[in-house]
Amino acid sequence: MKRLGPFVFERRLAPTRAAILGYSLLAILAALIVMSFIFWAYGVSPIKAYSVIGRTTLGSRFGLMEILRRAIPLLLCGVGLVIAFRAKFWNIGAEGQLLAGAVAATWVALFSGVSGPMKLPLMFVLGFAAGAVWGIIPALLKVKLQVNDVISTLMMNYIMAYFVKWLIYGPWRGPTMRGFAYTDLFPRDAWLPLIRHSKVHWPTLVIGIAAAVLAALILSRTRLGYEIRVVGDSPDAAHYAGISFLGVSLWVMLLSGGLAGLAGVGEVAGIHHRLLEPDHVSLGYGYTAIIVAWLARGSPLAAIITSLLFGLIFAAGDEIKVTLQMPFQITGVFNGLILFFLIGVEVFLYWKIRVVRGGKETEWAGKAGS
Amino acid sequence: MTVYLPVLLYYVRIMAAKRTDVHREPLASPQDVALFMRDITKAFPGVLANDRVTLEVRVGEVHALLGENGAGKTTLMNILYGLYQADSGEIYLYGRRVRIRSPRDAIRHRIGMVHQHFKLVSRHTVAENVVLGLAGAPFLVPARAVEGKILELGERYGLKVDPKAYVWQLSAGEQQRVEIIKALVRGADILILDEPTSVLTPQEAEELFKILERMKEEGHSVVFITHKLDEVMAVSDRVTVMRRGKVVATLPTSEVDKPTLAKMMVGREVVFRLEKAACERGNEALVVEDLWALSDRGLPALKGVSFSVCRGEILGIAGVAGNGQKELVEVITGLRRATRGRVVVLGEEVTNRNPRRIADKGVAHIPEERLKMGIVPEMSVAENLILKRHHRAPFCRGFFLDLREVRRFAHHAIEEYEIMTPGPETPAKLLSGGNIQRLILARELSGEPALIVAAHPTYGLDVGATEQIRQILLEQRRRGAAILLISEDLEELMSLADRIAVIFEGEIMGEVSPETASLEEVGLMMAGEKRGVVL
Repeated sequence: MKRLGPFVFERRLAPTRAAILGYSLLAILAALIVMSFIFWAYGVSPIKAYSVIGRTTLGSRFGLMEILRRAIPLLLCGVGLVIAFRAKFWNIGAEGQLLAGAVAATWVALFSGVSGPMKLPLMFVLGFAAGAVWGIIPALLKVKLQVNDVISTLMMNYIMAYFVKWLIYGPWRGPTMRGFAYTDLFPRDAWLPLIRHSKVHWPTLVIGIAAAVLAALILSRTRLGYEIRVVGDSPDAAHYAGISFLGVSLWVMLLSGGLAGLAGVGEVAGIHHRLLEPDHVSLGYGYTAIIVAWLARGSPLAAIITSLLFGLIFAAGDEIKVTLQMPFQITGVFNGLILFFLIGVEVFLYWKIRVVRGGKETEWAGKAGS
Repeated sequence: MTVYLPVLLYYVRIMAAKRTDVHREPLASPQDVALFMRDITKAFPGVLANDRVTLEVRVGEVHALLGENGAGKTTLMNILYGLYQADSGEIYLYGRRVRIRSPRDAIRHRIGMVHQHFKLVSRHTVAENVVLGLAGAPFLVPARAVEGKILELGERYGLKVDPKAYVWQLSAGEQQRVEIIKALVRGADILILDEPTSVLTPQEAEELFKILERMKEEGHSVVFITHKLDEVMAVSDRVTVMRRGKVVATLPTSEVDKPTLAKMMVGREVVFRLEKAACERGNEALVVEDLWALSDRGLPALKGVSFSVCRGEILGIAGVAGNGQKELVEVITGLRRATRGRVVVLGEEVTNRNPRRIADKGVAHIPEERLKMGIVPEMSVAENLILKRHHRAPFCRGFFLDLREVRRFAHHAIEEYEIMTPGPETPAKLLSGGNIQRLILARELSGEPALIVAAHPTYGLDVGATEQIRQILLEQRRRGAAILLISEDLEELMSLADRIAVIFEGEIMGEVSPETASLEEVGLMMAGEKRGVVL
């Protein structure tokens, strides 16, 4: 029990699914409301802004395809992060792991000498491996040297981003690109097939959905998933039960990093067809995926829905830029607002709040939980 | 100088406070009422924790609040301490109606509370914990200002604790001392003690009782929450018995006896002596030889411990908390490295093996820290029941868990061990303390272990659960299991164990037979005197 001014907070134990869903929607609604002030401050009518966004994203085939395209990397990274977060491994490094996958795919596409039908599968395999390696390094640092996982995974992002920059300005700069900082275009056999008249590289989408289903199965029905949940919920109980912390951490980061690596493969092989500036390869998908995973609250299947939601926000960002002449960075603001309110509603999930006014008490937050 | 100035100011303030203490109005005559809680009602979802409870504590008395776990004692005291708000009812202090909205209010009203589950910041030092939230503490290095005070109190009351030690390094017993010091530093007039003796030796408990005696003489009032009848008889002037959220009676202690109190508390007759068949010494299930290990702080915690436990035998380990029991349990179960010596289970050396390997060998571990270590709070009862065996058949086949088998086992265990839970899918954290312990026992004993390491298996449990758990341990002994029973409850050791070894500062002081040894003898060994059969 706590008190803050007229508010009295009482702890409650287990929030129900309905409460989680309801409050998550509430958070998104709150973000939309605050966002409309930002539109207004920009001189754009919020009503017009939202109707333009609605019409151009949800209201057209092109818009829907744009949402899907953006959702693919978010889904892959998001599912990976759900797994990591279930073990309370705070992987903030999906962005770097994604880039690692992109680098590996680029190597296969341009420099491996492999060609033919095995090329794309090999790009995915090595992309997964590169992302996994980039994820496992912080896992080793954490278990063996007690290095904070948030810091190390975050820093690994910068290392990988600068490595990509070095590659495209240095050894991998494409001779045919007339001095631009790109690699050469991938040969055609390294291009992922697209859904017609769109940029949706469907093989990656299929992999993403399969990954979500598999991750849900792993978490609920396998020994590994069981151990991940034990480690995440109670490290002491895990130690007591003889569960290897190192083993679980390595597995978790192998999967988490590997899935982000697949996202990187999808981006370069499906959309750009070359390696380019790190912030063009990924528009911060690895960071946005943190919110995707957070909103999914530990459920890989829910990440399918949340990644579509954030795909929508990215697609809307494009429209805002073109139609309303606002900067694309507005999506970052919107993502930030959503995360802010999501963390804000946590308080309602775990605390029952009443208002006390002169001895009179009014129930404030619903009866969810109990 | 800038650093010392605030410290200096602090001492000036302490001295000033002391002077006001001396000149304070003398507290009212002993017959006056210090605390009066009237018709306190508090409902939690599904439970009426306090149902029109009235409690009257007089100035200068030790008032025992007796009841089983879940009777509502702690809820009542949490309301008094401002942690909960009563749904209805009033609180009067020295005849004046007060509203206590927070612990801060309670402290301002000179109410101190020592919780059963300690409220300490484990990453802070003892002094930092004591000074935390202390009114008048200096802004800079506040901890230093109270170090002297802590040592002084430690000296005066025998509450020995290093002010510079980190709380996470301390044993449960030492942590409780810090809690008592916290209340004393804040100058509590009314002190609430929630099961304070559960981690003390008989001698220390005696000392605590003496402190309470002294506090009484100075006009302080003490509310002593307990479910131990002996303590009620030994220390209290009056006793209020609670059962299922209601007050059964308030009586002067001199007018009641133990059986009457027990009946009031439980609502039925309680058997105190347990049936124990004669011990048959079989082969040795556990042999510990010259075992050495370090504590979390890196200091020697075990210094050459040797003993053995036979099949069908209970070896009790008696000792004050923090004398190496925790480390001993952890080394045997593989959770801590031995720096020297051997642990042999069923003839095979398992020293410093992985905890899973040791558990697979047939070693059950009922851990001291049930909530932290014994269960995974967010996971379901069913999932908790297979912890440690989740990697083996029948629960795990290859990569996958057999959920049907897990459910079947859960239903079976819930029934056999009478675990009160809405269902196998309920998160374990929603169970009560006694049911969490039943869950742990069900899990640990289901594999018919050859050796059971039980650390404080009945600590903090109510009479009913305690009785049941003791019976289960005796049953396991009859089955032929070797049991290493670590407990601070001497009566429990006396009634259950075949032999009792006493540990002090990481060494075994000696071994006694519960049939011939007296409580005083064991108590002296717990305080460091070598007696009995020295191994």
